[in-house]
Amino acid sequence: METLWFMLVALMLAIYVVLDGFDLGAGALHLFLGRDEEGRKQILGSILPFWDGNEVWLLAAGGTLYFAFPALYASSFSGFYLPLMIVLWLFILRGISIEFRNHIDSPLWKQVWDTVFAGSSGLLLVFFGAALGNVVRGVPLDTAGEFFLPLWTDFTPNGPTGILDYYTIAVGVHALCALLLHGALWLGYRTRNPRAIPLAARLWWVVAALTALTTVLTFAIQPQVAHNLESKPWGFVFPAIAIGSLLAIRYWLGKPERLRPFLASAGYLLGMLTSAAFGIYPYVLPSNENLANGLTIQNTAASGYGLTVGLAWWIPGMMLATGYFVFLYRRFAKAA
Amino acid sequence: MDSALTLHRLHFAFTITFHYIFPQLTMGLALLIVILKTMALRSGNQHYNDAARFWARIFAINFALGVVTGIPMEFQFGTNWSRFSKAAGGVIGQTLALEGVYSFFLESSFLGLFLYGEKRLSPKAHWAAVFLVFLGSWLSGFFIIATDAWMQHPVGYTIAPDGSIQLSSFWALLTNPWVGWQYLHNMIGSVVTASVVMASTGAFYLLQHKHAGFGRTFLRQGVIAGAIASILMIFPTGDGQGKNIAHYQPATLAAMEGLFQTEQGAPIAILGQPDVPNRRLDNPLLVPRALSFLTYQRWEAEVKGLNEFPEKDWPDNIGLLYFSYHIMVGLGTIFIAVLTFAAWLLGRGRLYESRPLLWTLMFLFPFPYIATTFGWMTAELGRQPWLIHGLMRTSEGASATVSAGNTLFTLLGFLGLYAILGILFLFLVWREVEHGPGEAQSH
Repeated sequence: METLWFMLVALMLAIYVVLDGFDLGAGALHLFLGRDEEGRKQILGSILPFWDGNEVWLLAAGGTLYFAFPALYASSFSGFYLPLMIVLWLFILRGISIEFRNHIDSPLWKQVWDTVFAGSSGLLLVFFGAALGNVVRGVPLDTAGEFFLPLWTDFTPNGPTGILDYYTIAVGVHALCALLLHGALWLGYRTRNPRAIPLAARLWWVVAALTALTTVLTFAIQPQVAHNLESKPWGFVFPAIAIGSLLAIRYWLGKPERLRPFLASAGYLLGMLTSAAFGIYPYVLPSNENLANGLTIQNTAASGYGLTVGLAWWIPGMMLATGYFVFLYRRFAKAA
Repeated sequence: MDSALTLHRLHFAFTITFHYIFPQLTMGLALLIVILKTMALRSGNQHYNDAARFWARIFAINFALGVVTGIPMEFQFGTNWSRFSKAAGGVIGQTLALEGVYSFFLESSFLGLFLYGEKRLSPKAHWAAVFLVFLGSWLSGFFIIATDAWMQHPVGYTIAPDGSIQLSSFWALLTNPWVGWQYLHNMIGSVVTASVVMASTGAFYLLQHKHAGFGRTFLRQGVIAGAIASILMIFPTGDGQGKNIAHYQPATLAAMEGLFQTEQGAPIAILGQPDVPNRRLDNPLLVPRALSFLTYQRWEAEVKGLNEFPEKDWPDNIGLLYFSYHIMVGLGTIFIAVLTFAAWLLGRGRLYESRPLLWTLMFLFPFPYIATTFGWMTAELGRQPWLIHGLMRTSEGASATVSAGNTLFTLLGFLGLYAILGILFLFLVWREVEHGPGEAQSH
């Protein structure tokens, strides 16, 4: 049951990254890709009906994590106190900038909000990547399963670490570039922006290089990953999805059809995230000092009753939610 | 008091008070917009659609701020209250996740259709989108109240050997005897806020001789809905809520009423200042025996005073609790007086010309916000010193690893950011009100 909930939470987070990823990526790019008001309006128009719903996946995943693994929620949220608060501030700035920009028809007003929107979107992507990096690297958990990390120490992943070290920064930059690519592909599909696809083609090389770099670093820093792949070789399917999808993006970028590269990019993100989840399983937050203090799905899960009853409402609820999304995306299908 | 704990409490209190400025309007306003859309659908009169569109713009600003200030609430359970979350997340995580899965998806999906989809949808389909947003927001309110109700009166749990609190009955969690009245009291309070804001806007237009047609519609709907809702606030919902407090939290009731000594035929204090060290109420203006009667329907019934309870179980800020409760009830009484009088004049066809009452209504709009805020302060200060009533003290729930300095840093960050949000909010809402119904602005 714990493993099932681990998979469900991981799936929700992955869906969140794929969905909010495109609007975050497109948001970070829109200053650069939309050179005039018309271009920017087109980009923002392609994400305006969706961004709020996409963000709900994070809230729903957070809520699900909270009731299924309360000890993990408690430990990680208090330990990552500072970066999470900064993430909240960025979310607030981002949310108001996209909603408020169109209220006043003044170029200055719009310039302010567009800049805030692009900046907060980009920074959020770096923070999400860094957060994932922290989870994979592990944190200095004590015997009570608690920790507190400063934002940075000496920027190395060994010894007393901070949130930001060269490994987590690398993952953060990787996340930024992968989701900029994702956003550019979304814009290529949903808008007539002439610069989106050429930019995606260039970003692809950066993402490919960063994939190689973070993979090598991950194997060096988190031994659990190699261990899991050795003991359960079927797990190679996850990195295979990631690499296959990455190649598919390249292939389909050369074709005129524009939905496929975007879908391939979604496949790449899903592959990377499931690889990470598989790599650290059964840990949900490993310890980088004393391995025995690591948080696993077993020692953080709620009671069996809570998990069972949760399934009874979670499944119909998510089916409804999926229904709304399909309906909504169809309704706005001709938006661009 | 430990300074880190004080800062964690201030952090939550400030962010949730600011947050609730927005949902308390949008939940009630969603209902009023559904009514406007229904009238448009049934009468075929475009006037009501135009009116609904105006309120949809106000709704959108409030909703956006409600969303962005709401996310920090869910986060803070983990960041600032991790020991509470670790112990009780298996229970309250259920209701919070239910909110995400059942109401946020619904609200956010159909909000887009409600705000941007009117031209793409048939009138009936657009009505349905508005209705689903209303349904989502009222469901959301239910799950949050169920969460708070469990902290006020925990049910359906067992305590595991490791001290964590585990859910044992999902049904009990959702049908907590505390939920019903608190939910209705809260939601109808939200209708009072939205109605008064609508009536106030209508009065503003009539006094200005601008958008007079819309002014009359807003005034009529706001006054009728507000008069009904403000009466329902006191009876039966406020009354039911009070009886729950008397039954489950008798020390809280005594502190709210400033009743230090147990009395048979206990009075209600209309005015007076609690003198906690000397255990008495200064300058009291009392209605004899009223508290006994309202609580137990017997004029001579015994109501327990604070002296019956050990001081360590007293709410830790009796003065503020007492005043919060009295401000809430006092304002609620004023709303009933003003709104029923306005409804009576409306019935006699004289409301639109009655300038003193229009002025009164115009200036009434901040007061439901004040009453709601003090109502919530009554509920949450009344829960003290418990985080989960009878199970976990507030002092045991805060994050152990987050130091006072870090909390102060983020509290100041929120203060600054929310100051900017507050200014922007007032500015944008004022522009919409000034511009008035009719042609939409740039979007």
